[in-house]
This record gives sequence, structure tokens and C-alpha cells, in this order.
Amino acid sequence: MISTTSAVYSYYPGCSQTATNRAYDISTRNVAGALGIGLVELRDWNCCGATVYLPVRRKRAFVLSARNLAIAEKQGHELATICNACYLALRKTNKYMAEEPELRAEIRAALAADAMDYTGSVRVRHFLDILVNDLGEQAISEKVRRDLSGLKVACYCGCQLSRPFDDLDDPDYPLIMQRLIGALGAEVVPFPMSAKCCGGLAVTTNPRLGRLLTGKILKVAKQRGADCVATACPLCQINLEAYQRKAAEAVGADCDIPVLYFTQLMGSALGLKSRDLALRDSLTPVKTLLNEKVGRQ
Amino acid sequence: MATGVEDRQLSNEFLENIYSIPHGEKIKECIQCGTCTASCPSSAAMEYGPREIIASLRAGMLDRVLNSDTVWLCVSCYSCAVRCPAGIPFTDTMYELKRLEVERGLSAGVPAATMAEAFAETVDQHGRNCETKLLRKYFLRTNPLRALPQIPLAAKLFFRGRLEIFPRTIKGLDGLRKMMAAIEEDGNK
Repeated sequence: MISTTSAVYSYYPGCSQTATNRAYDISTRNVAGALGIGLVELRDWNCCGATVYLPVRRKRAFVLSARNLAIAEKQGHELATICNACYLALRKTNKYMAEEPELRAEIRAALAADAMDYTGSVRVRHFLDILVNDLGEQAISEKVRRDLSGLKVACYCGCQLSRPFDDLDDPDYPLIMQRLIGALGAEVVPFPMSAKCCGGLAVTTNPRLGRLLTGKILKVAKQRGADCVATACPLCQINLEAYQRKAAEAVGADCDIPVLYFTQLMGSALGLKSRDLALRDSLTPVKTLLNEKVGRQ
Repeated sequence: MATGVEDRQLSNEFLENIYSIPHGEKIKECIQCGTCTASCPSSAAMEYGPREIIASLRAGMLDRVLNSDTVWLCVSCYSCAVRCPAGIPFTDTMYELKRLEVERGLSAGVPAATMAEAFAETVDQHGRNCETKLLRKYFLRTNPLRALPQIPLAAKLFFRGRLEIFPRTIKGLDGLRKMMAAIEEDGNK
């Protein structure tokens, strides 16, 4: 595949990945290393604002993302993200700044208060996008060291990967992760819940609603015969792995299933060690499953 | 509750605000088809679904929406926005409704609003979010007893090294604060 972009990206880990979901960051860095993708951490990055800063202060939420974009512009590479909420917040700011001259002027004036500027040149990418569209399935298949053919995977992209902006994939049924996991040699089960909401913060703020949404996803994954659910977003990951018993009560069905980041699964296929993928961080028996179906990790 | 005249004025002011957000004017093209409500994972739990919210706005009856258990149930999944045949950015409309509730003090005691405010506060303090600090603020301000069932999960996360005890602060916090102070939020500094 001919790559039109550089093999080096600025890398935005996102707040969640420094602690609770560090396994996503660790496995991403090691997978990138194994594939020769350069990730240069964005200097002194700040919170993107996610979906929860916006309802409190709108323009300041855009300033948060714009500061990151300004740093990325200075670093001179495309900006790689792994969290869906960061991916959306950064792209939304990028798009609105491009489309709305008034908003752009206000945000640039705010950035200037600390001698920064952003002219709009940074392309924001999800790591999934980089793997599938820059590196390509063929190149990835060639790097596979472990046989994943006995593993059935439900590929769960989450809601904010392809919504509201659908330039990456279908907004209702994104298949980008299926393409990747398929290229690794695993068996992909049809999973129409791919972009349904996991409940997001409602799992904490409105457990009755949140656990119902989480439960529906886990229930369908089980019904489709999946051995595990692969995720691409830290909030989805913790919601799906931490509340399975409550989710099962909410939907009245079995929700007991290992949940892991797509980067952890990918690293396993590439022959990386358990430690390099932080498998022991999992709240579900991910390592046991991989030992059994893929071989000793 | 507001009087009819006040309510009409509130609805009109809010609509003017919506027209000013990106693609906000599309709200005029709503055909009341209900695709938004049918696509919304939370609508069954809302007192007024997305379609009814737009109908209420047009009828000058926004007040009933603001005084109900509705807007903070939006989980920002954008299903309504991508499926709307008129291209209305309804998730962004919900953000504006949430902000209006915060502004008018109507979101006091609403858990999702408490979470959002605690999040914004944590980010303002450190330039980054710190989940342990956020949740501590959240449970202290809502119902601290609700934190008790979370203890086994917190313990599991702790033993896996997944709990961030001390928040990390960005080096450029002073600069970020200058930026935040430089922008006007709807005419208010």
C-alpha cells in the first residue's frame, strides 16, 4: 500500500491512558514499535475536554482542544489518538475552526494569550485508521507471529469513532476494526452493536440506564458466540469490563465475557509479551483466554 | 415554572442561541419525523424525547423541558445527529440545553450535571483530568454512600496499579489559564 502520510505521528495519549486505562497506552506504543510506526508524544498536552467540558463551557472546551492542535502543528506531524472522545473533540474543534471564521478568530486570539497559534493544518487520526489505512491489512498480516484462528472476536468500535463525522467509516456499522482483526487471522463474528453507545458516563451518573446499554452490547456479543470483545475507547473498555454482573442483571442475560483493547489483541498476534501489553491490568480473564486459544502469552 | 410570556421569550432566546452554533439553523427544518427519538438510546428514560424537545421549543414551551428529567440523560452518542434527515446537530443542541440549565441553576442535584461540573473544575485546576479526583468530587457532591459499592472495583484497580493517586498538572497551566481568561463565553468573561 502506498502511504501518502509520514510514518511518524505526534501521539496524544489522553488523560485516561495515564492511569486507569494505561494498558491502552502501553499496548499502543509497543504495537507501533513492532510495526515501525513512530509515535512522538505531544509535548505537554492537556485534556481534550471530552464530552463533559462542553456542556459547562463551550468555547473554552474548543480552546482546550485547540491548544493541543497548536502544539501538534508546531511538531509538524499528523496527530494520532487512541481514545474515541479525544478523537472526536480534536476533530470537532478542527472542523468548526475551519468552517466558522468568527469562532476561529476568537480561539486564535485566546491561543495568542500564551503566544500560541493554530492555522488549521493538523490532520487528526485514530490509531485504528493509521493501522488500516496507512499501513494496510497486507503489511499487518505479514507481521503476524501467533495464530489467532481459534479466537472469535466481537469488534466493538464505540459510538464516537464514526459519529457524528462519518469520513472514517459507516456511522451505524463501522467495520474498520473487523478489517484489522480479520487481517490478524482471528475469526470476526458479525456484531451489529459495533457503534451502539456503551452508556458512557451514565454508567456512573445514571446506573439504571448505563448498565442497560452496557448489558445490551455484552449480551449480543455472547449470543453471537464471541470469545471476547475488542474495544477502541477507554470509557467503553472500563464500562464493559467492570460492570458485567450488574449489566447481566439489567438485561437478564449472561454478560460474562473477556474484554480487551484491540491493541492488546493485535500485540498478542504480533508475538509481543504479556507485560508489553499490560494484560494483567484486565478486570476480565483476558490472559487466560489468550493462553488457551492463542498460545502461551 | 415560568409564565407563558416568559416561557415564549426563553424559547425564542434559546433558538437564537442555537442559530449561532455550527449548522444550528438547520433546526428550522425539523419535520417532526421522530427519527431522533427512535435512534436515541436514552429516550425511553427521558420525560421528553428529542422530537418533543424541538416541538416544545417551537411552541414556546421550553420551560417544561428544562424542569424535567431529560437533557442530562443525553449520552452524546450522536445517533440522532447522523440520522436526522434535516441535518440538525441535535447533540450540540443538547449541549446548549445542558449549559442553559447550568446557567439558570436548574441542574443542581442532577448527577450528570454534577459530574460535568466536577470534570470541568478538575481540568481547570490541572489542565488534565484525574479520574480519582473527579470521582471523589462527584460522590462527595451527590451521595457519598453511593461510593461504597464502588470500593471493590476501586480495590481491584488499585492492585493493578490503575488508580492515579496524585493528579498530574501540565507545565503550561498558567498559559492555559491565560487562554481561558481571554475568551468570552456568550458575552460573559
